[in-house]
Amino acid sequence: MAQSILAQEPQVKIERAGDRVTAKLAGHWTAEHAEMVEPLAGEIAAEAGQHHVILDLAGVGRIDTLGAWVLDRTRHELGERGLGADFTHASPEQQILLNEVAYRGFQEQPTVRRSKAVDFLVDVGKSVAGAGRDLVDGVAFLGELASAIVRVVTHPRRFRGTAVVNQLEQIAYRSVPIIVLISFLVGCIVAQQSIFQLQRFGATPFVVDLIGILVLRELALLLTSIMVSGRSGSAFTAEIGSMKMREEIDALRVMGLDPIEVLIVPRILALVIGLPLLTFISSIAALSGGGITAWLYGDVSPDVFLSRLRAAVGMNTFLVGLFKAPFMALIIGIIATLEGLAVEGSAESLGRHVTSSVVKAIFMVIVLDGLFAMFFAAIRY
Amino acid sequence: MLDQRHPVPDRNREVIISARGVEVGFGEKTILKGLDLDVYRGEILGFVGASGQGKSVLTRTILGLVPKRAGTIEVLGQNLDEVSPSERRLLERRWGVLFQQGALFSALTVKQNVQVPMREYLNLSDRLLDELAMLKIEMVGLKPDAADKLPSELSGGMIKRAALARALALDPDILFLDEPTSGLDPIGAGEFDELIATLQRTLGLTVFMVTHDLDSLYTVCDRIAALGEGKILAEGPIETLLASDNPWLRSYFHGKRARAAMASGA
Repeated sequence: MAQSILAQEPQVKIERAGDRVTAKLAGHWTAEHAEMVEPLAGEIAAEAGQHHVILDLAGVGRIDTLGAWVLDRTRHELGERGLGADFTHASPEQQILLNEVAYRGFQEQPTVRRSKAVDFLVDVGKSVAGAGRDLVDGVAFLGELASAIVRVVTHPRRFRGTAVVNQLEQIAYRSVPIIVLISFLVGCIVAQQSIFQLQRFGATPFVVDLIGILVLRELALLLTSIMVSGRSGSAFTAEIGSMKMREEIDALRVMGLDPIEVLIVPRILALVIGLPLLTFISSIAALSGGGITAWLYGDVSPDVFLSRLRAAVGMNTFLVGLFKAPFMALIIGIIATLEGLAVEGSAESLGRHVTSSVVKAIFMVIVLDGLFAMFFAAIRY
Repeated sequence: MLDQRHPVPDRNREVIISARGVEVGFGEKTILKGLDLDVYRGEILGFVGASGQGKSVLTRTILGLVPKRAGTIEVLGQNLDEVSPSERRLLERRWGVLFQQGALFSALTVKQNVQVPMREYLNLSDRLLDELAMLKIEMVGLKPDAADKLPSELSGGMIKRAALARALALDPDILFLDEPTSGLDPIGAGEFDELIATLQRTLGLTVFMVTHDLDSLYTVCDRIAALGEGKILAEGPIETLLASDNPWLRSYFHGKRARAAMASGA
């Protein structure tokens, strides 16, 4: 067995006679032995000196495009040195292959020399321009969406109630368990840490105020929005993106259906309806978590918790949280849709856009929440 | 083209793929019911059959993508059920597959697609890697500037050619083609047939071609096997199939379209 493998390896025997160098090739000049074929060919070129070279293929067992290419390349390179080289004893099949591959240089891609500093500046510039384009696209799409909604409202028969209900189930109903769970846990954690800090001032009962206001104004909404952009925003982008890849969006368009009306309005409507509902559920879960923790760690009994909560939290606090939810839904929906529509032909592009949909949506949710906080502080609500 | 056809297959020729009693099914349904088939070295075998009869299933079974319930398949003399994983990898280097939709990696350029198997299996210098990829791309009749395009930027015919270049990347012994000319215009399909015949001659390939294209059957196939009712209905050069009195084969080869193909092919 060892011998037969040895016999298959490509080999070269150089023979000199007068002003001729004969390279007797043997073995298999194939891709399996690629790492030997190239150096051997280089050896032939080096051994040639200033002589004409005969490449004798008589002993060659098998040859494939790789072997033929490397040999023909060697012949070509010798020719460029003014030496000339020829093949002999090539079998008809080998000759066909050698003719077919016929060495030719492929023009090399000119490698552009770049400095890192310039690259960095270019990257920064591109990101800024990209962010600006995103903003313009977003506003333009908001307009398209608004006009589609107006069309749907003025022609109620074009309203797709079933699709909205279906999306509501996907977006809202099915994410209730996970949102309840994380909100409950976050409520517990915030309450516990607050109690540890407030105990030092003997102000443990104020944990109820802290939890109540924090959860209802900010926390429930942020948790829900982040969860929904991760759960539903990514799904939108992937659905719309893969529909675009498979030309399904174009198919809708040529049937006279408006993809925005058919695909996007139901999803965004479902988000706008679903997110406030989820925010409410999340608030209740987080308050329960906070209440239980306050009872266990701070000896605040449930009836004390409830009565303090009623005193601390006004209707306005509750409404602030709820009021922000539809805007978050809109932002998540628009970003998810735009990213989905930007998907190009490749699987990689789909992955990139799903990622950036989630990242952008979470980022924008937090930025928007900050703006709302400033706004409500300014109007003292 | 007729003179390039091999004579009637004889049992002395080297069998490169041999299927015996292959049975494949999904759930309750049995698709292949004890199918026997031989493919000889250096031939182009055309594989025909009505839609849903399991042409692609057989191809996928040979390639190991679909499990079989019974039977044996030998490729290059090795029983696919008995080979070790490392032997199997060696075997997989010796076949190239052209999927119906091309199955090019969408995130890679044509050149990178061709280089994927080379990078994985061969130890090549970057220069040789580039040169070989360009060589294969030119061999399948693509222009060099297609090399740096992404699959989404290619037309249907170019995708087939690029996928063929990738299938040829490792200089395989066997080439599996799943409906290579479907979705091409007649001229493009004719050129593609020519290309396959030329490559088969230059590289000494064995070609297993699932096809519906009667022109391909007439012009490039050395032998044809027809699949029906889970078995091979008939096999042999086209004359044998033309002479068959199986009703499906009769309507397949003597229908209107077939007569037109025969008139132009003969």
